[in-house]
Amino acid sequence: MGDHSHGDPNTSGTVATAGQGQVEKFQDPGLPPHRPRLADRDPRAEKRAERQVAILFAISVIGTLLFFVGYFSIHLDETTAVSTIRLQNLLLGLGTAFAMLGIGVGIVHWAKTLMPDHEVAEERHEIRPEEDRQVAEKMIGQILDESGIKRRPLIRNTLIGAGVLAILPAIGIFRDLSKNIDPDILRHTMWDKGVRLTRDPEGTPIKASDVTIGSAFHVIPEGLNELHEGKLNEKTKSVVLLMRLNPADLHVSPGREDWNYNGIVAYSKICTHVGCPVALYEQQTHHLLCPCHQSTFDLTQECKVIFGPASHPLPQLPITVDSEGYLVAQSDFHEPVGPSFWERG
Amino acid sequence: MKALSQRRRHPLAALALLLLGLLVTGGLYAVAGTVNEAKAQTTTYSAQDVEEGEKLFVANCATCHGLGAVGAREGAHGNQAGPSLIGVGAAAVDFQVGTGRMPMQMSGPQAQVKPKQFNEEQTGQLAAYVASLGAGPAVPSEEVLDTTKGDAAKGGELFRTNCAMCHNANAAGGALTRGKYAPSLEGVTGEHIYEAMVTGPQNMPVFNDANISPEGKRDIITFLKTIEAQGSPGGAALGSLGPVAEGLFIWTAGLGVIIGFTIWLTQRSS
Repeated sequence: MGDHSHGDPNTSGTVATAGQGQVEKFQDPGLPPHRPRLADRDPRAEKRAERQVAILFAISVIGTLLFFVGYFSIHLDETTAVSTIRLQNLLLGLGTAFAMLGIGVGIVHWAKTLMPDHEVAEERHEIRPEEDRQVAEKMIGQILDESGIKRRPLIRNTLIGAGVLAILPAIGIFRDLSKNIDPDILRHTMWDKGVRLTRDPEGTPIKASDVTIGSAFHVIPEGLNELHEGKLNEKTKSVVLLMRLNPADLHVSPGREDWNYNGIVAYSKICTHVGCPVALYEQQTHHLLCPCHQSTFDLTQECKVIFGPASHPLPQLPITVDSEGYLVAQSDFHEPVGPSFWERG
Repeated sequence: MKALSQRRRHPLAALALLLLGLLVTGGLYAVAGTVNEAKAQTTTYSAQDVEEGEKLFVANCATCHGLGAVGAREGAHGNQAGPSLIGVGAAAVDFQVGTGRMPMQMSGPQAQVKPKQFNEEQTGQLAAYVASLGAGPAVPSEEVLDTTKGDAAKGGELFRTNCAMCHNANAAGGALTRGKYAPSLEGVTGEHIYEAMVTGPQNMPVFNDANISPEGKRDIITFLKTIEAQGSPGGAALGSLGPVAEGLFIWTAGLGVIIGFTIWLTQRSS
């Protein structure tokens, strides 16, 4: 073997020295030789390819028929079972898929096997950059000249002013798309002094004695089910999770001593990250987990965030019992529920 | 017989044999299932049941739960041992032992389902013993488990409000914090589902009769059995786990199909 001490390929004794001593130039290899396809040579193969294309188109026809079977033979009304609707979805989807796929695959197969396959070379356009640039420059110069925009500043300035102003109405129009622009609606919920805590979805009131240790109740405010307008909007703000712990497990901060009732606590179910319902309650670890981004709240520490992207604790609903023993709210939440917003403060 | 032996090399013979095998196995399972159902669960325990149950308890459970089921704070290796079982009721025993979760094989984030360690009679005896220690939820009666009387639509509403956040909208289960998880409810008997609701096993909250009435629980079980029977018309439900499983499928299988088409499109015909 030769000398490896040189790194330069041109002087190394071991590395092949292809191209050395002659001008390096890429040679156009030209088109590969034309190779006739099976269908070009064998009439039986041609016949077979023809049949295959026809079969693919027939598959498309069957797909379309399948779609109409699903569309017309399954009637949807109030009593239709969900599984029937899903079956219809399946038929419509499969039918459309095969209808499209059959045509597409058939056409491609047709073109590949049966249509002429002679090679064609197309010459590139010549590039004339300098010439073209000059022509364009001349045209723009002529436009500027003839419009006289440089000579008549009054016209130019009024045009700029009109253009800027004309955009402004769009801001108003798009702003109107959001009717709920007033951030104060995010600060208040249906909860108020004396509003009973009721079961979701029935709306029946809950006695304090019903809530045994380890229980979790999904709660809506009394009167929510009677709302006709904006019921879902109100529900998304006011849903509450009610749980009972051993009072000794609760670490209550000053000022919140009477917010729980014998270890029964109520917290907003709306995650303070992006508003998913935090309802995965673990009754032994007292963790509340948000299923969307795994924010974890510790119920014993007034729903402090112990993991995940949420930024502040879940708001607590102060509760007590009324004269009949039913759980009622003492007031609304003391802070806005759900994720942060610009004006939250 | 001769005709049969002559056809044994027929191309469809293997298929016919396979179908026959499947039919026989399925039939046997169906028969075994009805036999199990026929055994009525009695909730009245005799003094002898309690006595036998105590023996089983001392031999198998007292290491962690303590003699007299008062609970033990520290286990053999200094970790948290079993809680007190006074007042958990027969339903808790029937659920934990009947699903094989107890006796626990090893400590971990939560007790795992495994083959049952005790037969139905022994489970009943253990339940009798624990029920005798203090009042607690009893094993549910047949009346509240009868899914023919339940309302699946109402049950679906209750399920989506109270259960779906942990157990998934299709009851396929889901993850909780630090290694714990809500198990899939597919194939779980109505009795065990009912018992889990009233006793709140592991980290599951308790849904007592004041929260969800026995009829409501029956509706939930009816809903679960209905969606289980409906299955998936498309074939593979991908575990019903939602966007993650479906996204993974379409990104791998879907892109694979697209790549396959691209290769085919650019290939010369032979």
